[in-house]
Amino acid sequence: MQLISNTNIDFIGKRKVSFVISSIIAIIGLIGILQIARNSANMGIGFSGGTSVQLSFTHPIPQEKARKLLTDHLLREVNLQEIKGGNRILVKVGKSGADVSETITAVFSKEFPGNAFVVESSTDVGPSIGNKLKTDTLKAVGLSMIGIILYIAWRFDFKFGVGAIAATLHDVLAMVALFYLMNKEINLLFITAVLTIAGYSLTDTVVVFDRIRENLHKYVDDTKEGLFNRSINEVLPRTVITSLTTFLAAISLFLFGGEVIHDFALALVAGIIIATYSSIFIASPIVAVLEARRGGWELAERARLK
Amino acid sequence: MPKSISWRITIIAFFVLLSFLYLTPTLVSNLPGWWTGYFPKDKIHLGLDLQGGTHLVMKVDTQKAVEGYIDLIASDLEDSLNVRRIRIHQINRVGEDAIRLAFYDQNSAENEAQLIKKKYPELEQIQIRDSEGGMVHLEFRMEKTAVQDRKDKAVAQALETIRNRIDQFGVLEPVIQREGIDHIVIQLPGITDPKRAIELIGKTARLEFKLVDENLSASSSSPYALPDDAEILMEQQSSSATGAVQGVPIVVKKKAIITGDLLTDAQVKIDSQNNEPYVAIDFNSTGARLFDQVTAANVGKRFAIVLDGNVYSAPVIRERISGGSAQISGNFNEKEAADLAIVLRAGSLPAPVKIVQNVTVGPSIGEDSISKGLMAGGIGVLLVVLFMVFYYRMAGLVANFGMVLNVLFLLGALAALGATLTLPGIAAIVLLVGMSVDSNVLIFERVKEEIRLGCTPKMSIDAGYDKAFLTVMDSHVTTLITAAVLFQFGTGPVKGFAVSLSLGVIINLFTTLVTTKVVFDSAFSRFQIRRLSI
Repeated sequence: MQLISNTNIDFIGKRKVSFVISSIIAIIGLIGILQIARNSANMGIGFSGGTSVQLSFTHPIPQEKARKLLTDHLLREVNLQEIKGGNRILVKVGKSGADVSETITAVFSKEFPGNAFVVESSTDVGPSIGNKLKTDTLKAVGLSMIGIILYIAWRFDFKFGVGAIAATLHDVLAMVALFYLMNKEINLLFITAVLTIAGYSLTDTVVVFDRIRENLHKYVDDTKEGLFNRSINEVLPRTVITSLTTFLAAISLFLFGGEVIHDFALALVAGIIIATYSSIFIASPIVAVLEARRGGWELAERARLK
Repeated sequence: MPKSISWRITIIAFFVLLSFLYLTPTLVSNLPGWWTGYFPKDKIHLGLDLQGGTHLVMKVDTQKAVEGYIDLIASDLEDSLNVRRIRIHQINRVGEDAIRLAFYDQNSAENEAQLIKKKYPELEQIQIRDSEGGMVHLEFRMEKTAVQDRKDKAVAQALETIRNRIDQFGVLEPVIQREGIDHIVIQLPGITDPKRAIELIGKTARLEFKLVDENLSASSSSPYALPDDAEILMEQQSSSATGAVQGVPIVVKKKAIITGDLLTDAQVKIDSQNNEPYVAIDFNSTGARLFDQVTAANVGKRFAIVLDGNVYSAPVIRERISGGSAQISGNFNEKEAADLAIVLRAGSLPAPVKIVQNVTVGPSIGEDSISKGLMAGGIGVLLVVLFMVFYYRMAGLVANFGMVLNVLFLLGALAALGATLTLPGIAAIVLLVGMSVDSNVLIFERVKEEIRLGCTPKMSIDAGYDKAFLTVMDSHVTTLITAAVLFQFGTGPVKGFAVSLSLGVIINLFTTLVTTKVVFDSAFSRFQIRRLSI
């Protein structure tokens, strides 16, 4: 069976459109990162420090009343979220002391005596840990980027390295942009998903690059633009089908994996789509543009202008 | 069958067997006795997020350990000066790591300076400007390396003490390890009362016996009017009428006469008269002698039993107590008494610890996560399997066979390493299913291209594997780079994810290049294949 075959799409020619779209996404992503750095984004308490407690009640709980009671007791802003399934709520308090989770449960057992509850999970994180985690995370992202650029530069050449890193960075920024716009929590699992997608996106990119390199020796007479297009088109079936299978696995995590990994799976699902897009529309066109800069050959559009 | 095929099949069969061998302890709960003697007994552990439990990060206040050590030197010097009847105006700690002595005359100051340098080589003398108020001042500061060493030892000792306490508390498979300079990470799987565990672990448990200063009443004397050698502590008293516990101030001598490190044992006993629990303690010979002396000299006075600055009780010494046993009673129930006995037996922490991170997952949410994770995984695998057969027909079956082996090998490897499976770890396995198929897709698409070029089935398969090899390699290495970084910096769930991912990537490389290829090769050697079902 063949879903896609012998396509002949001018991917390189569409680079202007994709560059504009991606630049906008990247800028939103950068804003998101700035907000994260300023702790203004929806940060997981692992990063910001604070307390979160998830409680499961026997009867429904009046949210407004609970919020007010907690705020009065803790003298801090309290974030109350309802969780689907049962009478469950998630209480989040920023920058709190070590025993805030205890205070929270104490308030509930005192103020709602007829409504028994179970503490499903509770997390207290001191601010020092959050800061350490942040620097560690930055180090991790930086390190893997350096590792990747070195590997690609060694396997291909520098221009390909730039293309690969640009595509990977684009994916990271796009995922941040998505989570920032959706006001989803930026936590360790999100970072894990981002790094996983970085690896996945790179795989996609490398597959295209491999084919470009192979074709460079094979079709010496081709224009470079045609050669890049031909390579992308040749591996397109593989790109689409792999994305599809990985997507199937990720989407089942998203739909059936439970709420603990719900956002994690969402990041993976989105990331797979983004990574597939970037390996086709970002990585190779950038290498093509860089090649053109060198003056070795000109892209069709410029040739037409003359 | 050609030789090259048979040895590859042998290797695969060997790995399958090995995987099942390692997975047996995980799958079978009650292993027969003969198994454990010869075969692996490690199993895949479930992370705290899956089975519930508490993850704590504690910071040891190492500064306090240094201060405590300086205080110890100060009281030691004071004793030795008293014994030799050398008059001294004052000895006290200055700042965090220095000690200052004020002598009345130059001579004894110089003598003592020599003696101190000899006895405490880690102290260095600091020149201070002038002798003020007719006193001669000496100041010593602890050397930087000695301070570091002291801090380091404090963390190591705290780790040991905490491990002792947890062992006695009884937690299955706890993880207690040092992280960074002054942090200790503690994982307590499956505990039902995290609050109690935290109190038990976090208590400094510094036990001191101090004489009550009967001349001063706590309510009338303000803290400023106290003599230098006395302090006000709170005694916990429960009023018999309401049962409410309240703190009553009590003035005690600052100097502890006996401390907890002179204990040999602590046991919970029940008082036969009022049915209330108490903790019976036994001193070692030094402690017993001291206790004997002090009680003999202070009959009729009160002796305060102080734990971490709180007075548990302050009984009147009715008679000289020899024999080296005493009892601590106070307002506690049986559980609290049991925990107190544990911390006294395990020894005190060299410095206070502070909880900087506390993640507790209830067992219900863990169970929920396992069942949902497994279900999501199952559905994901099923979808991928169906898609592959639908799209690649027979070849898709081969790819699915490779993927099943992949998962089997990965689980076997996780069991062999005694790795911890977390929810993100399950996610990594599911993701790996998608990725494992990717390598085959790469190869199959290559094979299709070869077929279109008019190659024979055998040639197409060989060429497909050959040409895709480098690409498969590249894609695996890049994934491995990120997985390695994740492993390096991640803790807990993220580490679990990285372990599953990196193992999966390596195993996938093997199954892709060896297992699926051997299926094709043996098919070619047996049957005359004219057309590939791909």
